[in-house]
Amino acid sequence: MNTEEVLGELYNQTLVGNAPEVLKLTNSGLEAGITPEQLLFEALIPSLEEVGSRFERGDFFVPEMLIAGKAMAGALEVLRPLLAQSGTETVGTFVMGTVKGDVHDIGKNLVNIMLEGAGFQVIDLGVQVAPERFIEAIQEHQPDIVGFSAFLTTTMPMFKANMNALEKAGLRDQVIVMVGGAPVTQEYADAVGADGYASDASAAVKQAKELLHRRRSLVPA
Amino acid sequence: MHTTLRSRSNEIVIGHDQPFCLIGERINPTGRKKFQEQLRAGDLSQVDVDVNAQVAGGATMLDVNMGLPLVDEAALLSKVIVRIQGLTDLPLCIDSSVPEALEAGLEAYEGKALVNSVTGEDDRMEAILPLVRRHEAAVVALANDENGIPETPEKRLEITRKIIHVATERYGMPIEDIVIDPLAMTVGADTDAVNITLETISRIREEFGVNMTMGASNVSFGLPNRHAINAAFLPMAMSHGLTSAVMDARTPAIVQAVKAADLLLGHDPWGSSWISQYRNQQG
Repeated sequence: MNTEEVLGELYNQTLVGNAPEVLKLTNSGLEAGITPEQLLFEALIPSLEEVGSRFERGDFFVPEMLIAGKAMAGALEVLRPLLAQSGTETVGTFVMGTVKGDVHDIGKNLVNIMLEGAGFQVIDLGVQVAPERFIEAIQEHQPDIVGFSAFLTTTMPMFKANMNALEKAGLRDQVIVMVGGAPVTQEYADAVGADGYASDASAAVKQAKELLHRRRSLVPA
Repeated sequence: MHTTLRSRSNEIVIGHDQPFCLIGERINPTGRKKFQEQLRAGDLSQVDVDVNAQVAGGATMLDVNMGLPLVDEAALLSKVIVRIQGLTDLPLCIDSSVPEALEAGLEAYEGKALVNSVTGEDDRMEAILPLVRRHEAAVVALANDENGIPETPEKRLEITRKIIHVATERYGMPIEDIVIDPLAMTVGADTDAVNITLETISRIREEFGVNMTMGASNVSFGLPNRHAINAAFLPMAMSHGLTSAVMDARTPAIVQAVKAADLLLGHDPWGSSWISQYRNQQG
Protein backbone atom coordinates (compact mmCIF):
# COMPACT_ATOMS: atom_id res chain seq x y z
CA MET A 1 0.00 0.00 0.00
CA ASN A 2 1.24 3.48 -0.74
CA THR A 3 0.89 6.33 1.75
CA GLU A 4 -2.43 7.44 0.39
CA GLU A 5 -3.86 3.94 0.60
CA VAL A 6 -2.66 3.45 4.17
CA LEU A 7 -4.19 6.77 5.24
CA GLY A 8 -7.44 5.95 3.44
CA GLU A 9 -7.64 2.54 5.03
CA LEU A 10 -6.80 3.96 8.46
CA TYR A 11 -9.61 6.47 8.01
CA ASN A 12 -12.05 3.73 7.02
CA GLN A 13 -11.11 1.30 9.77
CA THR A 14 -11.32 4.05 12.43
CA LEU A 15 -14.75 5.00 11.13
CA VAL A 16 -16.05 1.46 11.74
CA GLY A 17 -14.19 1.13 15.04
CA ASN A 18 -11.98 -1.79 14.05
CA ALA A 19 -9.41 -1.35 16.84
CA PRO A 20 -7.01 -4.21 15.95
CA GLU A 21 -6.84 -3.10 12.32
CA VAL A 22 -6.35 0.56 13.27
CA LEU A 23 -3.43 -0.38 15.50
CA LYS A 24 -1.92 -2.57 12.77
CA LEU A 25 -2.23 0.15 10.14
CA THR A 26 -0.75 2.74 12.48
CA ASN A 27 2.28 0.55 13.13
CA SER A 28 2.77 -0.50 9.53
CA GLY A 29 2.29 3.11 8.42
CA LEU A 30 5.06 4.24 10.74
CA GLU A 31 7.32 1.44 9.51
CA ALA A 32 6.70 2.53 5.95
CA GLY A 33 7.86 6.02 6.87
CA ILE A 34 4.57 7.86 7.20
CA THR A 35 4.93 10.54 9.87
CA PRO A 36 2.89 10.42 13.11
CA GLU A 37 1.49 13.85 12.19
CA GLN A 38 0.17 12.56 8.89
CA LEU A 39 -1.46 9.55 10.51
CA LEU A 40 -3.10 11.80 13.09
CA PHE A 41 -4.13 14.81 11.05
CA GLU A 42 -4.83 13.14 7.70
CA ALA A 43 -6.58 9.97 8.84
CA LEU A 44 -7.52 9.63 12.50
CA ILE A 45 -8.84 13.12 13.25
CA PRO A 46 -10.83 13.46 10.00
CA SER A 47 -12.30 10.02 10.64
CA LEU A 48 -13.49 10.94 14.14
CA GLU A 49 -14.85 14.21 12.76
CA GLU A 50 -16.91 12.20 10.32
CA VAL A 51 -18.10 9.98 13.21
CA GLY A 52 -19.17 13.15 15.03
CA SER A 53 -21.11 14.56 12.14
CA ARG A 54 -22.80 11.24 11.42
CA PHE A 55 -23.80 11.12 15.09
CA GLU A 56 -25.17 14.63 14.89
CA ARG A 57 -27.22 13.73 11.83
CA GLY A 58 -28.60 10.69 13.61
CA ASP A 59 -26.86 8.28 11.21
CA PHE A 60 -24.47 6.99 13.88
CA PHE A 61 -25.31 5.74 17.37
CA VAL A 62 -23.58 5.77 20.74
CA PRO A 63 -21.91 2.32 20.48
CA GLU A 64 -20.49 3.24 17.07
CA MET A 65 -19.08 6.45 18.48
CA LEU A 66 -17.59 4.56 21.40
CA ILE A 67 -15.81 1.90 19.35
CA ALA A 68 -14.47 4.47 16.90
CA GLY A 69 -13.13 6.47 19.83
CA LYS A 70 -11.59 3.37 21.36
CA ALA A 71 -9.95 2.41 18.08
CA MET A 72 -8.48 5.88 17.83
CA ALA A 73 -7.31 5.80 21.46
CA GLY A 74 -5.33 2.63 20.68
CA ALA A 75 -3.54 4.38 17.82
CA LEU A 76 -2.91 7.45 19.96
CA GLU A 77 -1.09 5.35 22.53
CA VAL A 78 1.47 4.51 19.86
CA LEU A 79 1.58 8.00 18.37
CA ARG A 80 1.60 10.14 21.50
CA PRO A 81 5.27 9.58 22.50
CA LEU A 82 6.35 10.13 18.90
CA LEU A 83 4.32 13.31 18.57
CA ALA A 84 5.80 14.54 21.84
CA GLN A 85 9.32 13.89 20.55
CA SER A 86 8.72 15.84 17.40
CA GLY A 87 7.18 18.66 19.45
CA THR A 88 3.84 18.52 17.65
CA GLU A 89 1.28 20.68 19.42
CA THR A 90 -2.00 19.11 20.41
CA VAL A 91 -5.11 20.98 19.36
CA GLY A 92 -5.53 21.98 22.97
CA THR A 93 -5.59 20.64 26.52
CA PHE A 94 -8.85 19.92 28.26
CA VAL A 95 -9.31 19.19 31.96
CA MET A 96 -12.60 17.40 32.54
CA GLY A 97 -14.56 16.17 35.54
CA THR A 98 -17.99 15.39 36.97
CA VAL A 99 -18.68 17.83 39.80
CA LYS A 100 -18.64 17.04 43.52
CA GLY A 101 -21.68 15.12 44.71
CA ASP A 102 -22.29 13.60 41.30
CA VAL A 103 -21.18 10.17 40.15
CA HIS A 104 -22.56 10.09 36.61
CA ASP A 105 -19.96 9.73 33.91
CA ILE A 106 -21.34 8.13 30.74
CA GLY A 107 -21.96 11.47 29.05
CA LYS A 108 -18.68 12.93 30.24
CA ASN A 109 -16.78 9.90 28.95
CA LEU A 110 -18.41 10.25 25.54
CA VAL A 111 -17.35 13.87 25.39
CA ASN A 112 -13.79 12.86 26.35
CA ILE A 113 -13.66 10.32 23.56
CA MET A 114 -14.82 12.82 20.99
CA LEU A 115 -12.40 15.47 22.28
CA GLU A 116 -9.48 13.07 22.03
CA GLY A 117 -10.72 12.14 18.60
CA ALA A 118 -10.49 15.79 17.64
CA GLY A 119 -6.89 15.94 18.81
CA PHE A 120 -7.34 17.40 22.28
CA GLN A 121 -5.24 16.16 25.13
CA VAL A 122 -7.83 15.25 27.75
CA ILE A 123 -7.08 15.04 31.46
CA ASP A 124 -10.03 13.29 33.04
CA LEU A 125 -10.37 13.86 36.78
CA GLY A 126 -13.23 11.35 37.04
CA VAL A 127 -16.38 11.81 39.15
CA GLN A 128 -17.05 13.64 42.45
CA VAL A 129 -14.41 16.24 41.63
CA ALA A 130 -14.24 18.94 44.32
CA PRO A 131 -13.51 22.59 43.37
CA GLU A 132 -10.04 22.40 44.91
CA ARG A 133 -9.17 19.41 42.76
CA PHE A 134 -10.17 21.28 39.64
CA ILE A 135 -7.96 24.15 40.77
CA GLU A 136 -4.99 21.85 41.42
CA ALA A 137 -5.38 20.22 38.04
CA ILE A 138 -5.62 23.57 36.27
CA GLN A 139 -2.48 24.78 38.02
CA GLU A 140 -0.66 21.57 37.16
CA HIS A 141 -1.73 21.05 33.54
CA GLN A 142 -2.38 24.64 32.42
CA PRO A 143 -5.30 23.55 30.20
CA ASP A 144 -6.94 25.71 27.56
CA ILE A 145 -10.37 24.55 28.65
CA VAL A 146 -11.91 23.08 31.78
CA GLY A 147 -15.18 21.13 31.57
CA PHE A 148 -17.66 20.62 34.41
CA SER A 149 -20.25 17.88 34.02
CA ALA A 150 -23.39 17.42 36.16
CA PHE A 151 -26.29 15.03 35.73
CA LEU A 152 -28.54 16.22 38.56
CA THR A 153 -30.33 19.48 39.28
CA THR A 154 -28.90 19.19 42.80
CA THR A 155 -25.29 19.01 41.65
CA MET A 156 -25.52 21.70 38.96
CA PRO A 157 -24.98 24.45 41.57
CA MET A 158 -21.43 23.09 41.88
CA PHE A 159 -20.73 24.85 38.58
CA LYS A 160 -21.05 28.14 40.42
CA ALA A 161 -18.94 26.86 43.32
CA ASN A 162 -16.25 25.86 40.82
CA MET A 163 -16.43 29.26 39.12
CA ASN A 164 -16.02 30.97 42.48
CA ALA A 165 -13.00 28.78 43.25
CA LEU A 166 -11.50 29.75 39.88
CA GLU A 167 -12.01 33.44 40.64
CA LYS A 168 -10.53 33.06 44.08
CA ALA A 169 -7.47 31.26 42.73
CA GLY A 170 -7.04 34.01 40.14
CA LEU A 171 -7.42 31.49 37.31
CA ARG A 172 -10.71 32.58 35.76
CA ASP A 173 -9.12 34.52 32.92
CA GLN A 174 -6.60 31.83 32.11
CA VAL A 175 -9.02 29.09 31.19
CA ILE A 176 -12.13 28.66 29.10
CA VAL A 177 -14.99 27.09 31.07
CA MET A 178 -17.46 24.69 29.48
CA VAL A 179 -20.39 23.02 31.25
CA GLY A 180 -22.75 20.22 30.30
CA GLY A 181 -24.96 17.34 31.42
CA ALA A 182 -28.54 16.14 30.99
CA PRO A 183 -30.40 18.88 32.90
CA VAL A 184 -28.05 21.72 31.91
CA THR A 185 -29.31 24.39 29.53
CA GLN A 186 -27.69 27.30 27.72
CA GLU A 187 -29.53 29.63 30.08
CA TYR A 188 -28.07 27.90 33.09
CA ALA A 189 -24.60 27.96 31.60
CA ASP A 190 -24.98 31.70 31.08
CA ALA A 191 -26.29 32.20 34.58
CA VAL A 192 -23.22 30.62 36.17
CA GLY A 193 -20.93 32.57 33.85
CA ALA A 194 -19.57 29.67 31.81
CA ASP A 195 -18.03 30.39 28.41
CA GLY A 196 -19.60 27.46 26.65
CA TYR A 197 -22.31 24.81 26.78
CA ALA A 198 -23.19 21.96 24.46
CA SER A 199 -26.04 19.48 24.50
CA ASP A 200 -24.15 16.45 23.19
CA ALA A 201 -20.64 15.10 22.68
CA SER A 202 -20.29 16.12 19.09
CA ALA A 203 -21.56 19.64 19.71
CA ALA A 204 -19.17 19.90 22.67
CA VAL A 205 -16.18 19.29 20.41
CA LYS A 206 -17.33 21.91 17.92
CA GLN A 207 -17.91 24.38 20.67
CA ALA A 208 -14.52 23.65 22.28
CA LYS A 209 -12.70 24.26 19.00
CA GLU A 210 -14.64 27.42 18.34
CA LEU A 211 -14.02 28.87 21.80
CA LEU A 212 -10.34 28.02 21.53
CA HIS A 213 -10.09 29.57 18.11
CA ARG A 214 -11.79 32.74 19.33
CA ARG A 215 -9.50 32.99 22.34
CA ARG A 216 -6.35 32.42 20.30
CA SER A 217 -7.29 34.94 17.69
CA LEU A 218 -7.52 37.52 20.47
CA VAL A 219 -3.90 36.93 21.42
CA PRO A 220 -1.54 38.97 19.29
CA ALA A 221 0.80 36.67 17.38
CA MET B 1 -43.43 -8.75 50.30
CA HIS B 2 -46.00 -6.08 49.48
CA THR B 3 -45.39 -2.36 49.07
CA THR B 4 -48.68 -0.50 49.29
CA LEU B 5 -49.11 2.99 47.84
CA ARG B 6 -52.21 5.13 48.05
CA SER B 7 -53.82 8.19 46.57
CA ARG B 8 -56.91 9.74 48.14
CA SER B 9 -59.20 7.03 46.84
CA ASN B 10 -57.06 4.32 45.30
CA GLU B 11 -54.60 1.76 46.58
CA ILE B 12 -52.08 -0.25 44.61
CA VAL B 13 -49.81 -3.08 45.70
CA ILE B 14 -46.33 -3.86 44.37
CA GLY B 15 -45.14 -7.41 44.93
CA HIS B 16 -43.52 -10.46 43.41
CA ASP B 17 -46.94 -12.10 43.16
CA GLN B 18 -48.63 -9.01 41.72
CA PRO B 19 -49.06 -7.62 38.21
CA PHE B 20 -46.14 -5.37 37.32
CA CYS B 21 -46.34 -1.78 38.55
CA LEU B 22 -45.92 0.59 35.59
CA ILE B 23 -44.77 4.01 36.79
CA GLY B 24 -45.19 6.49 33.95
CA GLU B 25 -41.96 8.47 33.44
CA ARG B 26 -43.27 11.27 31.26
CA ILE B 27 -43.91 14.11 33.72
CA ASN B 28 -40.29 15.24 33.70
CA PRO B 29 -38.88 18.35 31.99
CA THR B 30 -35.36 16.92 31.46
CA GLY B 31 -34.54 17.16 27.78
CA ARG B 32 -37.96 18.70 26.91
CA LYS B 33 -37.28 22.25 25.91
CA LYS B 34 -40.82 23.30 25.19
CA PHE B 35 -42.17 21.79 28.40
CA GLN B 36 -39.42 23.62 30.32
CA GLU B 37 -40.45 26.92 28.82
CA GLN B 38 -44.10 26.29 29.63
CA LEU B 39 -43.31 25.41 33.23
CA ARG B 40 -41.16 28.50 33.63
CA ALA B 41 -44.03 30.60 32.32
CA GLY B 42 -46.39 28.97 34.83
CA ASP B 43 -48.28 27.09 32.13
CA LEU B 44 -49.08 23.63 33.51
CA SER B 45 -51.35 22.47 30.70
CA GLN B 46 -48.80 20.00 29.32
CA VAL B 47 -48.89 18.20 32.68
CA ASP B 48 -52.56 17.41 32.04
CA VAL B 49 -51.75 16.07 28.59
CA ASP B 50 -49.00 13.84 30.01
CA VAL B 51 -51.23 12.60 32.84
CA ASN B 52 -54.05 11.69 30.49
CA ALA B 53 -51.80 9.96 27.96
CA GLN B 54 -50.19 7.81 30.63
CA VAL B 55 -53.46 6.94 32.33
CA ALA B 56 -54.89 5.94 28.96
CA GLY B 57 -51.70 4.03 28.18
CA GLY B 58 -52.07 1.79 31.22
CA ALA B 59 -49.88 3.32 33.94
CA THR B 60 -50.32 2.01 37.50
CA MET B 61 -48.59 5.05 39.05
CA LEU B 62 -47.13 8.31 37.78
CA ASP B 63 -43.66 9.67 38.44
CA VAL B 64 -43.57 13.45 38.94
CA ASN B 65 -40.26 15.24 38.46
CA MET B 66 -39.97 19.03 38.26
CA GLY B 67 -36.17 19.19 38.20
CA LEU B 68 -35.69 22.35 36.25
CA PRO B 69 -32.73 24.66 36.65
CA LEU B 70 -33.32 28.09 38.16
CA VAL B 71 -36.86 27.54 39.38
CA ASP B 72 -38.27 27.03 42.85
CA GLU B 73 -38.55 23.29 42.48
CA ALA B 74 -40.29 22.77 45.85
CA ALA B 75 -43.08 25.21 45.01
CA LEU B 76 -43.52 23.94 41.47
CA LEU B 77 -43.52 20.29 42.52
CA SER B 78 -46.18 20.75 45.19
CA LYS B 79 -48.36 22.77 42.82
CA VAL B 80 -48.11 20.10 40.12
CA ILE B 81 -48.85 17.31 42.59
CA VAL B 82 -52.04 19.00 43.73
CA ARG B 83 -53.04 19.49 40.11
CA ILE B 84 -52.38 15.86 39.17
CA GLN B 85 -54.32 14.59 42.18
CA GLY B 86 -57.29 16.51 40.82
CA LEU B 87 -56.98 14.68 37.51
CA THR B 88 -56.32 11.07 38.43
CA ASP B 89 -56.48 8.74 41.41
CA LEU B 90 -53.28 6.91 40.47
CA PRO B 91 -50.76 7.07 43.32
CA LEU B 92 -47.70 9.21 42.64
CA CYS B 93 -43.98 8.76 42.77
CA ILE B 94 -42.44 12.04 43.97
CA ASP B 95 -39.15 12.39 42.13
CA SER B 96 -36.44 14.88 43.05
CA SER B 97 -32.83 15.00 44.15
CA VAL B 98 -33.60 18.05 46.32
CA PRO B 99 -34.72 17.10 49.87
CA GLU B 100 -36.67 20.39 50.27
CA ALA B 101 -38.62 19.61 47.11
CA LEU B 102 -39.37 16.09 48.32
CA GLU B 103 -40.60 17.53 51.58
CA ALA B 104 -42.86 20.05 49.85
CA GLY B 105 -44.13 17.31 47.55
CA LEU B 106 -44.93 15.04 50.48
CA GLU B 107 -46.72 17.88 52.27
CA ALA B 108 -48.89 18.50 49.23
CA TYR B 109 -49.62 14.85 48.51
CA GLU B 110 -52.72 13.12 49.81
CA GLY B 111 -52.11 9.43 50.42
CA LYS B 112 -49.01 7.28 50.68
CA ALA B 113 -46.45 8.29 48.10
CA LEU B 114 -43.33 6.63 46.75
CA VAL B 115 -40.33 8.94 47.15
CA ASN B 116 -37.75 8.80 44.36
CA SER B 117 -35.01 8.59 45.60
CA VAL B 118 -32.30 8.02 48.17
CA THR B 119 -28.86 6.47 47.61
CA GLY B 120 -26.39 4.64 49.84
CA GLU B 121 -24.57 7.92 50.58
CA ASP B 122 -24.70 8.73 54.30
CA ASP B 123 -25.70 12.38 53.87
CA ARG B 124 -28.48 11.49 51.41
CA MET B 125 -29.88 8.89 53.80
CA GLU B 126 -29.73 11.38 56.68
CA ALA B 127 -31.54 14.02 54.65
CA ILE B 128 -34.22 11.88 53.05
CA LEU B 129 -35.07 8.86 55.20
CA PRO B 130 -36.41 10.87 58.17
CA LEU B 131 -38.71 12.73 55.75
CA VAL B 132 -39.99 9.50 54.29
CA ARG B 133 -40.52 8.08 57.75
CA ARG B 134 -42.33 11.15 59.03
CA HIS B 135 -44.75 11.07 56.13
CA GLU B 136 -45.11 7.27 56.31
CA ALA B 137 -44.21 7.08 52.65
CA ALA B 138 -42.21 4.45 50.77
CA VAL B 139 -38.85 5.15 49.17
CA VAL B 140 -36.87 4.13 46.10
CA ALA B 141 -33.26 3.45 47.08
CA LEU B 142 -30.58 3.46 44.39
CA ALA B 143 -27.80 0.89 44.78
CA ASN B 144 -25.03 3.45 44.32
CA ASP B 145 -23.00 5.55 46.73
CA GLU B 146 -20.35 8.28 46.82
CA ASN B 147 -17.97 6.03 44.89
CA GLY B 148 -20.19 5.97 41.85
CA ILE B 149 -22.32 3.39 40.10
CA PRO B 150 -20.88 -0.02 40.96
CA GLU B 151 -20.01 -2.21 38.02
CA THR B 152 -20.56 -5.49 39.84
CA PRO B 153 -23.70 -7.09 41.31
CA GLU B 154 -21.71 -7.81 44.52
CA LYS B 155 -21.07 -4.15 45.17
CA ARG B 156 -24.68 -3.19 44.36
CA LEU B 157 -25.84 -5.84 46.84
CA GLU B 158 -23.50 -4.49 49.47
CA ILE B 159 -24.98 -1.00 49.12
CA THR B 160 -28.51 -2.44 49.14
CA ARG B 161 -27.69 -4.24 52.39
CA LYS B 162 -26.39 -1.02 53.92
CA ILE B 163 -29.45 1.03 52.93
CA ILE B 164 -31.90 -1.58 54.19
CA HIS B 165 -29.97 -1.79 57.45
CA VAL B 166 -29.89 1.96 58.03
CA ALA B 167 -33.50 2.53 56.97
CA THR B 168 -34.94 -0.23 59.13
CA GLU B 169 -32.61 -0.07 62.16
CA ARG B 170 -31.87 3.62 62.47
CA TYR B 171 -35.07 5.10 61.07
CA GLY B 172 -37.48 2.29 61.91
CA MET B 173 -38.87 1.99 58.40
CA PRO B 174 -40.75 -1.17 57.49
CA ILE B 175 -38.65 -3.12 54.98
CA GLU B 176 -41.61 -3.37 52.60
CA ASP B 177 -41.50 0.40 52.18
CA ILE B 178 -38.01 0.23 50.71
CA VAL B 179 -38.01 -0.32 46.95
CA ILE B 180 -34.53 -0.98 45.61
CA ASP B 181 -33.33 0.39 42.27
CA PRO B 182 -30.74 -2.15 41.05
CA LEU B 183 -29.64 0.39 38.38
CA ALA B 184 -30.09 0.04 34.65
CA MET B 185 -27.37 1.50 32.46
CA THR B 186 -27.36 1.68 28.70
CA VAL B 187 -26.26 -1.35 26.75
CA GLY B 188 -25.10 1.22 24.20
CA ALA B 189 -22.08 2.10 26.34
CA ASP B 190 -21.34 -1.31 27.79
CA THR B 191 -22.26 -4.62 26.21
CA ASP B 192 -22.58 -6.29 29.62
CA ALA B 193 -24.64 -3.55 31.30
CA VAL B 194 -27.97 -5.38 31.14
CA ASN B 195 -26.48 -8.73 32.18
CA ILE B 196 -25.11 -7.05 35.29
CA THR B 197 -28.51 -5.49 36.01
CA LEU B 198 -30.35 -8.80 35.56
CA GLU B 199 -27.97 -10.63 37.86
CA THR B 200 -28.32 -7.87 40.45
CA ILE B 201 -32.13 -8.17 40.29
CA SER B 202 -32.03 -11.94 40.83
CA ARG B 203 -29.67 -11.69 43.75
CA ILE B 204 -31.52 -8.86 45.48
CA ARG B 205 -34.74 -10.82 45.19
CA GLU B 206 -33.06 -13.93 46.58
CA GLU B 207 -31.29 -12.22 49.48
CA PHE B 208 -33.80 -9.56 50.55
CA GLY B 209 -37.10 -10.38 48.81
CA VAL B 210 -37.80 -6.66 48.49
CA ASN B 211 -39.57 -4.92 45.65
CA MET B 212 -37.51 -3.28 42.94
CA THR B 213 -37.99 -0.53 40.40
CA MET B 214 -35.70 1.24 37.95
CA GLY B 215 -35.54 3.76 35.15
CA ALA B 216 -36.07 1.11 32.49
CA SER B 217 -35.72 3.34 29.46
CA ASN B 218 -32.04 3.90 30.30
CA VAL B 219 -31.08 0.54 28.80
CA SER B 220 -31.67 1.74 25.26
CA PHE B 221 -30.07 5.18 25.50
CA GLY B 222 -28.04 6.10 22.42
CA LEU B 223 -29.53 3.35 20.25
CA PRO B 224 -32.02 3.35 17.40
CA ASN B 225 -35.52 1.87 17.75
CA ARG B 226 -35.50 2.23 21.51
CA HIS B 227 -39.08 1.03 21.92
CA ALA B 228 -38.23 -2.47 20.73
CA ILE B 229 -35.28 -2.69 23.11
CA ASN B 230 -37.35 -1.43 26.05
CA ALA B 231 -40.14 -3.87 25.19
CA ALA B 232 -37.64 -6.76 25.18
CA PHE B 233 -35.87 -5.67 28.35
CA LEU B 234 -38.84 -5.33 30.69
CA PRO B 235 -40.08 -8.95 30.41
CA MET B 236 -36.50 -10.16 30.94
CA ALA B 237 -36.15 -8.02 34.06
CA MET B 238 -39.59 -9.12 35.29
CA SER B 239 -38.64 -12.78 35.00
CA HIS B 240 -35.59 -12.07 37.16
CA GLY B 241 -37.68 -10.35 39.85
CA LEU B 242 -38.20 -6.72 38.90
CA THR B 243 -41.64 -5.74 40.25
CA SER B 244 -41.95 -2.18 38.95
CA ALA B 245 -40.33 0.29 36.58
CA VAL B 246 -40.32 3.99 35.89
CA MET B 247 -41.00 3.61 32.21
CA ASP B 248 -42.65 4.67 28.99
CA ALA B 249 -46.32 4.00 29.69
CA ARG B 250 -47.53 5.66 26.50
CA THR B 251 -46.12 3.30 23.90
CA PRO B 252 -48.52 0.37 23.36
CA ALA B 253 -45.76 -2.06 22.29
CA ILE B 254 -43.94 -1.56 25.59
CA VAL B 255 -47.02 -1.66 27.81
CA GLN B 256 -48.30 -4.76 26.03
CA ALA B 257 -44.95 -6.52 26.43
CA VAL B 258 -45.28 -5.95 30.19
CA LYS B 259 -48.90 -7.14 30.29
CA ALA B 260 -48.02 -10.24 28.27
CA ALA B 261 -45.13 -10.96 30.62
CA ASP B 262 -47.52 -10.66 33.59
CA LEU B 263 -49.67 -13.31 31.98
CA LEU B 264 -46.72 -15.56 31.13
CA LEU B 265 -45.24 -15.28 34.63
CA GLY B 266 -48.53 -16.22 36.28
CA HIS B 267 -49.43 -12.76 37.57
CA ASP B 268 -52.63 -12.56 35.56
CA PRO B 269 -54.62 -15.68 36.55
CA TRP B 270 -56.47 -17.22 33.63
CA GLY B 271 -55.48 -14.27 31.51
CA SER B 272 -58.45 -12.27 32.73
CA SER B 273 -56.74 -8.87 32.46
CA TRP B 274 -55.17 -9.79 29.14
CA ILE B 275 -58.51 -10.93 27.71
CA SER B 276 -60.53 -8.02 29.01
CA GLN B 277 -57.95 -5.62 27.63
CA TYR B 278 -58.34 -7.31 24.25
CA ARG B 279 -62.12 -6.98 24.44
CA ASN B 280 -61.90 -3.32 25.36
CA GLN B 281 -59.75 -2.69 22.34
CA GLN B 282 -62.20 -4.55 20.10
CA GLY B 283 -64.85 -2.37 21.83
